[in-house]
Amino acid sequence: MSPPLLEVRDLRAWIASGQGAVRAVDGVCLTLNRGETFALVGESGCGKSMTALTLMRLLPEGGRIVAGEVMLEGRALRPLSEAQMREVRGGAMAMIFQEPASSLNPVLNVGTQLAEVLQRHVGLRGGPARRRAAELLAAVGIPDAERRLDDYPFQLSGGMKQRVMIAMALAGEPRLLIADEPTTALDVTIQAQVLELLARLQRERSMGMLLITHDLGIVSQMADRVAVMYAGEIVEEAPRDAFFAAPRHPYSRKLFAALPTARRRGASLETLAGSVPALTGEFVGCRFAGRCPDAWERCRIEAPGWTDMGGGQRVRCHLYGADGHAPQVRRAEQGEPTEGSVPAEGDAVLRVRDLRVHFPVRKGVLRRVVAQVRAVDGVSLDLAAGRTLALVGESGCGKTTVGKAVLRLIRASGGSVSFDGRDVGSLDRAGMQAVRRQLQMVFQDPFGSLNPRMRVGEIIREGMTALGVAGTENNRAERVAQLLESVGLAAGMRGRYPHEFSGGQRQRIAIARALAVSPRVVVCDEPTSALDVSVQAQILNLLRALQENLGLAYLFITHNLAVVDYMAHEVAVMYLGRIVERGPAVDILRAPQHPYTEALLKAVPQIDAERRRPVIMLKGDMPSAVAPPAGCHFHPRCPSAFDHCRSVYPQETVLGDGRVVRCHLHS
Amino acid sequence: MTPVVLWTDALIFALLAVASAFGWYSRHNPLLRSAWQKVGGSRAGMAALTLLAVFAVVGLLDSLHYRPRLESAGGDGERAVYSGEVLSALDALATGLRSRGEKTYSAPLATHLFARETVERADGTQFRAHPRLRHGGVHLDDPPAQHAADLARRFAAGALSGAAIWMVLAGVVALRLARRESVGLGVTWRRIWRGDTAVAWNAVLATFAALLLVAGPVIFLADAYHVLGTDKVGQDVLYLALKSVRTALVIGTLTTLVMLPFAVALGIMAGYFGGRVDDVIQYLYTTINSIPGVLLIAAAVLMMQVFIDTHAQWFATAAERADARLLALCFILGLTSWTGLCRLLRGEALKLRELDYVQAAQAFGVSQWRIMARHLLPNLMHIVLIAVVMDFSALVLAEAVLSYVGIGVDPNTFSFGTMINAARLELAREPVVWWSLVAAFVFMFVLVLAANLFADAVRDAFDPRIAARVTGADSGVKG
Repeated sequence: MSPPLLEVRDLRAWIASGQGAVRAVDGVCLTLNRGETFALVGESGCGKSMTALTLMRLLPEGGRIVAGEVMLEGRALRPLSEAQMREVRGGAMAMIFQEPASSLNPVLNVGTQLAEVLQRHVGLRGGPARRRAAELLAAVGIPDAERRLDDYPFQLSGGMKQRVMIAMALAGEPRLLIADEPTTALDVTIQAQVLELLARLQRERSMGMLLITHDLGIVSQMADRVAVMYAGEIVEEAPRDAFFAAPRHPYSRKLFAALPTARRRGASLETLAGSVPALTGEFVGCRFAGRCPDAWERCRIEAPGWTDMGGGQRVRCHLYGADGHAPQVRRAEQGEPTEGSVPAEGDAVLRVRDLRVHFPVRKGVLRRVVAQVRAVDGVSLDLAAGRTLALVGESGCGKTTVGKAVLRLIRASGGSVSFDGRDVGSLDRAGMQAVRRQLQMVFQDPFGSLNPRMRVGEIIREGMTALGVAGTENNRAERVAQLLESVGLAAGMRGRYPHEFSGGQRQRIAIARALAVSPRVVVCDEPTSALDVSVQAQILNLLRALQENLGLAYLFITHNLAVVDYMAHEVAVMYLGRIVERGPAVDILRAPQHPYTEALLKAVPQIDAERRRPVIMLKGDMPSAVAPPAGCHFHPRCPSAFDHCRSVYPQETVLGDGRVVRCHLHS
Repeated sequence: MTPVVLWTDALIFALLAVASAFGWYSRHNPLLRSAWQKVGGSRAGMAALTLLAVFAVVGLLDSLHYRPRLESAGGDGERAVYSGEVLSALDALATGLRSRGEKTYSAPLATHLFARETVERADGTQFRAHPRLRHGGVHLDDPPAQHAADLARRFAAGALSGAAIWMVLAGVVALRLARRESVGLGVTWRRIWRGDTAVAWNAVLATFAALLLVAGPVIFLADAYHVLGTDKVGQDVLYLALKSVRTALVIGTLTTLVMLPFAVALGIMAGYFGGRVDDVIQYLYTTINSIPGVLLIAAAVLMMQVFIDTHAQWFATAAERADARLLALCFILGLTSWTGLCRLLRGEALKLRELDYVQAAQAFGVSQWRIMARHLLPNLMHIVLIAVVMDFSALVLAEAVLSYVGIGVDPNTFSFGTMINAARLELAREPVVWWSLVAAFVFMFVLVLAANLFADAVRDAFDPRIAARVTGADSGVKG
């Protein structure tokens, strides 16, 4: 029997840091066969990317492989010299990185970069290399490949760049492809294209693929076998079907339970207490014991070994050991959708009518305006007290701009935003200050939204001082303490600086800051997209609890449809600066009427039993907002476009139940 | 005597006060404190800081000015008469160096003049010889025989006293550390030399050891000799070099002080407001940048010189006039050198403006000026601090160049530039008079090197990107 494609035994890699060596990879064993997709799943900081880098021997500065063996096609990689290793990298195994924008050299054209790989690993030069490069680009689905060879990376979109990266990885005819979060930086519709491409290439070339991801949906769609990583080691390994039917390790189960879905609407999501332990020391007992709801003494004393569950599934957990009391295995998904307590739809607090934000494009010495970027082009919304309106769309569709224009952080070029019947656009400074007390924002990046030079207390107090809320300094200090407690932090934390907090805690601080002035409407701009699933669950629970207790209304800007399904009462789908469909969340998500909404929903990788569902592949990328296509903006990518779509922009069609769609199919 | 406060003195002490206030603020701000602790742990940084501190002490002593009272001819009833000459505390300490002038050039540690002179014997015949110095080595009866032994004796005595002082110093440091950590003196001592202390005391003490081993002999030798020789008019070169330190420090620090408000205010405004404000500020600094710097400075200095000359009545003493010119030079250098920092700050502010915490503040209706002061400035401070320490050495060198070209400080002001300017003719002599140039070179080299090393340490500690990398790579295992 020939050896497996990749065999990793007890791999350990340490990275030097200020607090001692971090054991980023601590005893990883895995086996990968030809033509197999092996998914490595886990939250950030669990060591999955570091495992990939260790396999490639590309550890960052201060990192070293301490122990273990890596066998590629029966050949040990650790004893190889650096020169031999260069032969292996890109030759026998290749890697695709997360960020396509930074993995291509911006000053070389695509053809040159491909030719470099071809020369190194296949020995092709000149004409043949160019022909082969064109073939590779065609193979990864880049139209007009011959001409694209002369393009520079800045001329390509994100999805295209990732395709070029894949082509470069394929150039050396690798037998093993390591894909490290290959689609995390991409939009869902582009993600669907890239995943489909990867699956096809793997089938055609019968490559082995090590897929590293945090998204269980992608795993469900792509993987043959799954391994869950936690704190530097693999805690569960199973064939895909067995894993999704019955995840065994408590950590795996928590990952499933933390996913927001419609079925959990109205109920709290399960969360994980605490955080991943520091990896600087030796572990006694199970690494997960501190956060595990089922842990007992043995877990704290003795590190669990592998327990075979049959059918290729094995788990590192005492629960399944000799004296373990294995919990009831249940399907990850249970229960029926519940509506929760939806407040009745009242009068709109926030009313947006025909909002336009155009950014002028200036050129030449005199800086004359030569064109307009129509970031937001006629958006109308209504948001009632106590309700959540989700604004959904891919990056670049203008959804964040809508949020900022509502708060007047960006000047609108046209249309109106009215809050409680007052036109926000025409208010003077004093009037605007009054509105700002009622209307606040929570930002996407918890690391960029807190001033690193201010203490948490000062950050929260700033808004109160600026808007003259809560009178005296004493009252304000008291209010800061209350707020910190209401978002689940200790009042004593006010004297600390933001860098002492984790991402989830920072987002709590940002929420406390917004709540400090007792707003009625909060614009949440992707508040969980930078967070891990378990932390996301905490933040969503918090937002939901605050909505119930304080009657807040949320304008929830996001691209994550699962979160929409869990949180939103109404949904508005944006495409290229305009809303193409809006209405109650349940209706839109169950029965989308606009082809774009439908494609968007289908493109999200789902966790379900049937393996590969039909996905509506959208062709190409979103067009530029400087020169939107004539007629319906969506027609170049729409599978059901007809002649009329190419010339006339569709008017709003009311479908009843408050549903509105802009599509000729319905008019 | 009556104290005299020159303009630059006042500004130097104001600067000292500001620096102390910043130090006090840093102590109470954990972010700044940890950054300074990083500087404290850097060996090169602390050695450089020790040297800079010694230079600063010399400069500060030289900034305490007074006019001595003249011995009045009349009785007690007469009004006190003060000398027209302004002296400083440094002059008082180094009275010997200042007052023991020779006739002209003499080599370092010499007993005779450098050049032959025609000497008339008692019998009226003339011959050419190296005459004895008026002060250098006068205590020797037979210089050729006794000179070397005397030098060696003084050197040894100096080195010994230097070593003794160092012992005391090291003992005090170790004792205080031991007291604070409440461990034995021996343990503390070993810790210091293994580099186990939070502040790199081993670097500080080693620097002091080197310094005292040089300074001790110099002080003992300076009692009877001119350690670095004398210049054309017989002034002690060591004295000239010590006096030049103040000029260098004034130029290096006050210029930055003049430049900072422009660079910070305009840079932040350009970056934050953007649009028309940005256009105007950008045009302003590109315009200033496109005028050749030396030309602009030359024009300004010449105009200022004429102005000072025509208003001679404003200045009571020559020192005041020279001081006014020094201050003016600082202003001129400052006004022409703010563009680099301004451009850096504009770029950074442009980036920070888009950050969410600035937008969050805007969403709270926080005023623009407050956003700039509370959100932008503290996050730009590391750039300002790094630029200040980096510019210091460049400015010290710039002063030397400008004085050499003749558009720098007043010819009466002691400065490295004027020393080098004088050395131009000395180097053309045969045999060469090399010691002025070497003295200026060594002093300036040590000062600028210390400033540069300190600047590196500050940058490593305060620049967030570098700080992250340094801590990652500095400690622990390497692959």
